[in-house]
Amino acid sequence: MLSPSDLEAIWLTFRVATTVTVILLLIGTPIAWWLARTRSRLKGPISAIVALPLVLPPTVLGFYLLIAMGPNGFIGQLTQELGLGTLPFTFWGLIVASVFYSLPFVVQPIQNAIEAIGERPLEVAATLRAGSWDRFFTVVLPLAKPGFITAAILGFTHTVGEFGVVLMIGGNIPGQTRVVSVQIYDHVEALEYDQAHKLAAIMIIFSFLVLLSLYSFQRKNTLWGAK
Amino acid sequence: MRQCLALSSIVFSVLLVSPSVYAEAVYAAVASNFTDAMKDIAQQYEAESGNKVVLTFGSSGKFVAQIQHGAPFQVFLSADQNKPDALEKAGLVAANSRFTYAIGALALWSAKPNFIDNNDAHLKSGDFNKVALANPKLAPYGVAAMEVLAGLGLTESTKEKWVMGENISQTYQFVSTGNADLGFVALSQIMSQGQIKSGSSWIIPTDQYSPIRQDAVLLKSAEHNVAAQGLLDYLRSDKARSIIHSYGYQTE
Repeated sequence: MLSPSDLEAIWLTFRVATTVTVILLLIGTPIAWWLARTRSRLKGPISAIVALPLVLPPTVLGFYLLIAMGPNGFIGQLTQELGLGTLPFTFWGLIVASVFYSLPFVVQPIQNAIEAIGERPLEVAATLRAGSWDRFFTVVLPLAKPGFITAAILGFTHTVGEFGVVLMIGGNIPGQTRVVSVQIYDHVEALEYDQAHKLAAIMIIFSFLVLLSLYSFQRKNTLWGAK
Repeated sequence: MRQCLALSSIVFSVLLVSPSVYAEAVYAAVASNFTDAMKDIAQQYEAESGNKVVLTFGSSGKFVAQIQHGAPFQVFLSADQNKPDALEKAGLVAANSRFTYAIGALALWSAKPNFIDNNDAHLKSGDFNKVALANPKLAPYGVAAMEVLAGLGLTESTKEKWVMGENISQTYQFVSTGNADLGFVALSQIMSQGQIKSGSSWIIPTDQYSPIRQDAVLLKSAEHNVAAQGLLDYLRSDKARSIIHSYGYQTE
């Protein structure tokens, strides 16, 4: 039913989204932690920068990433210094771009969850001589778990749905940067509407199921929390 | 009395006809490789006819999908012949309106000056990071690029270095931002007034790829639209042709 190149695109999309989700949880958590607890005047500007991909057209983000990651851009100069070459048209270039693009979808749920915990449980833990790492793993992580799960699901699905940025920096290389959304676009452009329909239907069903599980999970959780 | 009637009917018909002849807006969908040339042509047509031309640039494939679903275009300038053909088969084109308005030329281009010496030597040397080309599945300029590579026996050796633009504009972008050292672009993108604007290039001899014939059609919905027909007629005029040639295209 699906062509080998469609299957390759699906597998690539899965790898990209998984990698991006793991990286985002690792870097998004400290950012969310800091934003939730800081009284710094930098909180406003940093929040705004994190939220930028929510409002910027993906093509704008993609175009500036293409320039920044190119041989003359500051990211490109850095990666060349490190002997990594330039990032556009590579798997890791896609990862870097997607991390920027999906950042707010991961930071904001975690930040909200940490803010909801408040100071009190942490202070109690501190009086019981829990160190800061201990407090994070034994108090924050269990209490903010729903926030982390929401963040992971949103980060993953948002990366799967990414299109404009990939189109700008991808270069349509099979197995490297030709993800499902680009593959659908290619089918439509080539007037292969049958194949486009198949892939698009899979994408809609997948996204619906993921969001459905997210919302049923959240509902269960609020009920549990209210009890 | 008869004179009076005749006079009033003339006045009346002028009143009726004039708005459709003058100051009418023509909506044209234009393949992105023809952007610069079409802007010049539309400007001249507007000045000469008094009609207004509203241009939308994009990929031909997307335009076909949009036109099939009722996009309000009256004129379609494709980057190839297949897409006007598909529209014709779908019965969306005014009879006998189709013609080749330009024959595109392909160039190998680098944003760096002196990188290419107007020949294939640098491409053959393999001394470059990436070579950009338009996706041959979607863009006729991509098909032409593949033919050139195959003709030079470079398909296999360069394959690892291909990066594909969804259309010729994006291919140009990959090269102009320096992310690809080289790329196969439309000559029209790098040429103005018969001169190469920047960087260095190899204008590929036309016997190395099949002609990139670009067809225009009047859409069925605009069959009786005088201004739209006027734009297509103007596209075939000597004035328009000289503009088309100045961007590196040929005409029939």
